[in-house]
Order: sequence, then C-alpha cells, then structure tokens
Amino acid sequence: MAEQDWKTNKGVFAAVSLPTLFWIILFFLVPMAIVWLYSFGENKGLTEIDISGTLDNYKRATEWLYLTIFGKSFAVAALVTLICLIVGFPVAMAITFASEKWRPWLLLGIMLPFWTNLLIRTYALMMLLGTQGFANKGLGALWEGTSWIKTLVGLQPLPTWEPVQLLFNNFAVVFGLVYVHLPFMVLPLYAALDRLDRSLIEASLDLGAGHFRTIMRIVVPLAAPGIVAGVMITLIPALGAYLTPDLMGGTDSQMIANVIERQFKKANDWPFGAALSFLLIYAMFALIAIQSMRKKVPEVG
Amino acid sequence: MTETARPIIQIQNVSKRFGKVTAVDNVTLDINAGEFFVLLGPSGCGKTTLLRMIAGFELPSEGQILIDGQDMAGIPPNKRPVNMVFQSYAVFPHMSVADNVAYGLKIAGVKGGEIKDRVAEALELVKLGGFETRMPDQMSGGQRQRVALARSLVMRPKVLLLDEPLSALDAKLRAQMQFELSDLQEKVGITFVTVTHDQDEALSMACRIGVINKGEVAQLATPSDLYEYPANRFVADFVGSVNIFEGKLTLDDPDKAAVDCPGLGKVYLNHGVTGPHGADVWIALRPEKIYLHVPGEGKAVKAAAQDAPDGFNFARGKIKGMSYLGDITLFEIELESGACLRVSRPNLSRHDQDDFTWGDKVSMHWRADSPVVLLG
Repeated sequence: MAEQDWKTNKGVFAAVSLPTLFWIILFFLVPMAIVWLYSFGENKGLTEIDISGTLDNYKRATEWLYLTIFGKSFAVAALVTLICLIVGFPVAMAITFASEKWRPWLLLGIMLPFWTNLLIRTYALMMLLGTQGFANKGLGALWEGTSWIKTLVGLQPLPTWEPVQLLFNNFAVVFGLVYVHLPFMVLPLYAALDRLDRSLIEASLDLGAGHFRTIMRIVVPLAAPGIVAGVMITLIPALGAYLTPDLMGGTDSQMIANVIERQFKKANDWPFGAALSFLLIYAMFALIAIQSMRKKVPEVG
Repeated sequence: MTETARPIIQIQNVSKRFGKVTAVDNVTLDINAGEFFVLLGPSGCGKTTLLRMIAGFELPSEGQILIDGQDMAGIPPNKRPVNMVFQSYAVFPHMSVADNVAYGLKIAGVKGGEIKDRVAEALELVKLGGFETRMPDQMSGGQRQRVALARSLVMRPKVLLLDEPLSALDAKLRAQMQFELSDLQEKVGITFVTVTHDQDEALSMACRIGVINKGEVAQLATPSDLYEYPANRFVADFVGSVNIFEGKLTLDDPDKAAVDCPGLGKVYLNHGVTGPHGADVWIALRPEKIYLHVPGEGKAVKAAAQDAPDGFNFARGKIKGMSYLGDITLFEIELESGACLRVSRPNLSRHDQDDFTWGDKVSMHWRADSPVVLLG
C-alpha cells in the first residue's frame, strides 16, 4: 500500500481535517474573536454593547485592585504547581520503578479521578474538610485519645476539642487545587521518567553516588522536559481555576477567574470581563512562549 | 603475568533465581588479579546476571561473592571497589565529557586540581585528549564508549566490569577496539571482566574464558585450550565451528584410540581417551583441520596414512555446497553415509576456488590428533 502523505494526497487530508477545522473556527476562534472585540467596547443599555475601540476596559483592568488579584492568582497557581511537583515527583518515580505487573494499576489509580465530575470531586473534598468532616473527626478522635492517655497517667486533660477551620480559606483553595491538578503533574513526569535509560541511574550508583545524589544529579536533570511539561500543564489551568476557589475559598481567596465570572454575570459588564479574560490569556501565552524558547536538553539515543 | 595468580573475585556457589527461572545455577569460579577474564555464552545464559551480581545490581539468591577477600553481601553498588562499562555506555547526556569522567571523583571527594589531572590522564589513556568540553550527543558510538571507559578507569577500581562492550560497534571498529582493550588492560593492570556472546571477541582478548551455558559454567580455560580441547559438545559447538559425530569407543589404549562413528566411519586417534570400552562418545572435528584434496584419491590416501599411521582418517564425499569467503572457502560435503561434513580450505593461491565445483567427488583426510573425543 502506498504511503499516505498529506503532500501527495491533499484531497484526503482536506476531507479528514475540514470538519475539525470547521469546528475549531466556528466554536473556538469566532467566539474568542467576539470576546476580544467586546474588550474594546462600552456598555450601552442592559444588553447592548457598542464596540467603540476604547482602551478604558484595559486601563481599569490594570488598576492596582485587579493587579493584586492577578498577582495572587499567580502566587496561588505557582504554589499549587510547586506542591504538585514535590508530591508528584516521588509518585511518578514510584510508578516508573514499580514492577510490570503493578504499573498499569498504579497509572489507573492516577487517572481514576478523571472518571468523576470535577464538581462531585470538589463536594467530596468539602465533605472531608468540613467542620463535621472526616478530617476533623479524625483529628478530634486523636485529640480525645491524647487527652484520655494524659488523664490515665495522672496529667491534666487537654481542653475540649474545637474543630479546625479547614474550609473556606486560602488553605482550602490550595489544597483543592493540588488535589485536582496532581494527576496532570504526575502523568508527564511519568512519561519522562519512563523514557529514562535505567543504566544511567545504575552508572551513577556504580560511580559511587547514593540514591539521593543520583536523583538530584541524574534523574531530575534528565526528566527536565517532563518537569517543564508538568509545570505548564498544572500552572495554566490552576491560574484560570474557577470552581475550586468559588466553592472552597473564603471571601478573601477569590482568584482572577472568579472576578471575571462576576463581570459577566452579576456586574453585567461584559467588556470589562472580556478585557480581564484577555489579560489572563496574554499572560498564559507569555508563559508558553518562555517555555518554548527554553534551551532544549540534548537527548542521546 | 609475572605475579602468582591471586583471586580478586571469588564466586562461591552462587545461584540467582528470578521467580521460577534460574538465571545462574550454582556457579563457583575465581577470577585472578590482573587478568582479562571473559564470560562467554549465548544470550540468556546468565552471564550478564553474573556480572551484575559482581557489580551489586542484582543480589545472589544463594552463595557469596568475595571481592579482594571481602564478602560483598549487603554492600551496595556505590560502595563496591568495582566499576562497570554498560552495554549502552550510559554516558550522562546532560554532562560534558570532562564532567562525565569527573563525576565519580567529585563524589569521592577528590580535590579540584587532582580531579583535573586525573580526568586529563584518563582521557589521554582512551585517546580522547582534547574532547573535554564535547557533549555526548556530538560524539560517535565508539567515542562515547571511550568516555564510559575513561569514566570507570579514572576511579582506579580493583576490577573493571564490561557488559558486551563491543556489541554496538561496527565490525572494523570492533576489531580495533579488541586490540585497544587488551592494550589498555595491560597498561593499567586492572582486572577486566567482560561479558560477551561473541566468540571472536572472547578468543582475541581474554587471558581466560568462562563459558556459561544455562546458568552453569560449561568450561573454564584459556582461549586456545577452549578451542582445541573443548570439554563438552556445547563448548565445541559454541566456540568456533565444528563437525560433531556420535560414535562408540572401540579401542582405548594409552597411546591410541578409535571411535566407530556411523556417520563418519572409524576415527583413529594417536592418544588414549580413558573412557570405558563401548561407551557412547562424540567426535568433534574442526572444519579447518580437515584436508580437502583436489579430485584424485591417491594423494589423499597417502597423506592419511602418514598422518594417522594406525589407521587412515579418510573420508569420501560429494560437494553439496560451497561458500567463498575470500580468505577461505567453506565446503559442505555429503559423505557416503549421507551425513554432512563442513570443511574449510584456505585459498593459498588465487585460483584455488576454481579447482572445485558443486557435485565434485572429493576425498579428505585429517590427522590422528585432530579429532576431539567428547564424553558429554
């Protein structure tokens, strides 16, 4: 059978790609373009928007109040990414070095959360973290236990257990975002580690390095492409996170996506919401551009 | 070797099982200090597992391994006085040549100035002087292997382990590296233990060879002993090319013996075998030790009578196949019994191959000390 090549079989290529292209243009690029145009518009009445070419929306979006929210969103997303990396790297390594028999099951375990809706997962997490949740109940039981042991040995009992506020604060937002984004970090890390030539690790051990030094000097540098991919794939969605801060955050833990949502819904200020959206998109573009300009790590076959 | 043989590696009753599979089966062997030792065997015979157990990457299921008299049980790879050159070379792709070679020294806490000197010295040794700043992806396979060699040698290990060191090189480079490795080993005086499945490699480089088959040591011998005095059919067949015929020992005196082979006829030897009369034995006859005569039998019979005075080692047959290899021509000759005999003939003159063609009736003879009698 002749090789199917898009250069020689332009008709086939066009027939296959046209529906997708049509879909992307109609349902992605066109709406994006409309929103982009709105960002240069003014509200005229309740539903009418006059695209006048004004830059007022962008001026307002770069005011200090919004810049701090942008900054905070970045900080939260960066923290979430860092935690995901620190937690995810050992997990990815454990999967890579697990036996052939176990590996598919461990990978399945990582992907299992994708089978459940994000909203349901978030509510489940809220039940876990609530003042009457399992986390607090567990901590309470530990507290009571300690108190009981203290009385047993003749010491003063601990004061009465007060549930810890684990929900509706910044901690809950970071915790929830890490919970949601961890699989996104683990999978690219696993892909990079799995490709790593095992004999490089053995060579490092053979030359006298311990396990920790081997990980830091050999495994981490060679897994760099996976680390970068994992960071990007975690950082970008975390930056635009909406549901988790909305449900799990407190009044002071709103992120930029929540502000944008409010402009489109409660405030009915679509042009301003559009301007904020595009600032966020530009920031993400910048991140991707920095990543692609990074020096490529040479790979030796 | 001038020094008396002192074992640097002692493998004592070592077995290794992976689940139900026994990779190494009760192996006992000593490797002497300063020798170039080769573990030779077909793929999957357990030779690499044995090497990895010496390096510490696998732990023996049974038995113990001593390096320089010290039991290696419980000692991890990074604490063993051996270094390994991996089959894939395992040169760190994100480090320059100099950083690769300096890696182990830095970990060992060697001072900066000394590191620089020793790295330069090691690179000079493997003929890579001036390559310090190169990255591995800018080098050929052969050069990367030299980096791996330098990286291990710079550690001045008691033993250097090499896992199929030449398998990834092309034929010309492989031949060159065989000589270079032997040279290098002589120069640095470190014990080399090499694993290979390539008999040419083993024969050309080794002081001693351990042939491994199905996890067991099939024979332990010098290259020439291994080739000329194989201990069993496996070794005879695996090392070099050989004709093997089953037969019965019909005569066994101190100075002569005879084996009656249904396929080959009676084979006479000018030495004793020390086997029970009538025992089932095998005759191994190397193709190059059979003289193939140009059609015309008289000469062959006369030669056979000279070479085996107690009985002619003589055979007749028909050329069934010929393959011209340049330096030699390989013949496959169908004997009158229907069995086939492989014979090689050096092309001493430029027209030698013209003397024979398919279907020619030919005669052969061999000396009475050429056949090897195998009891197993």
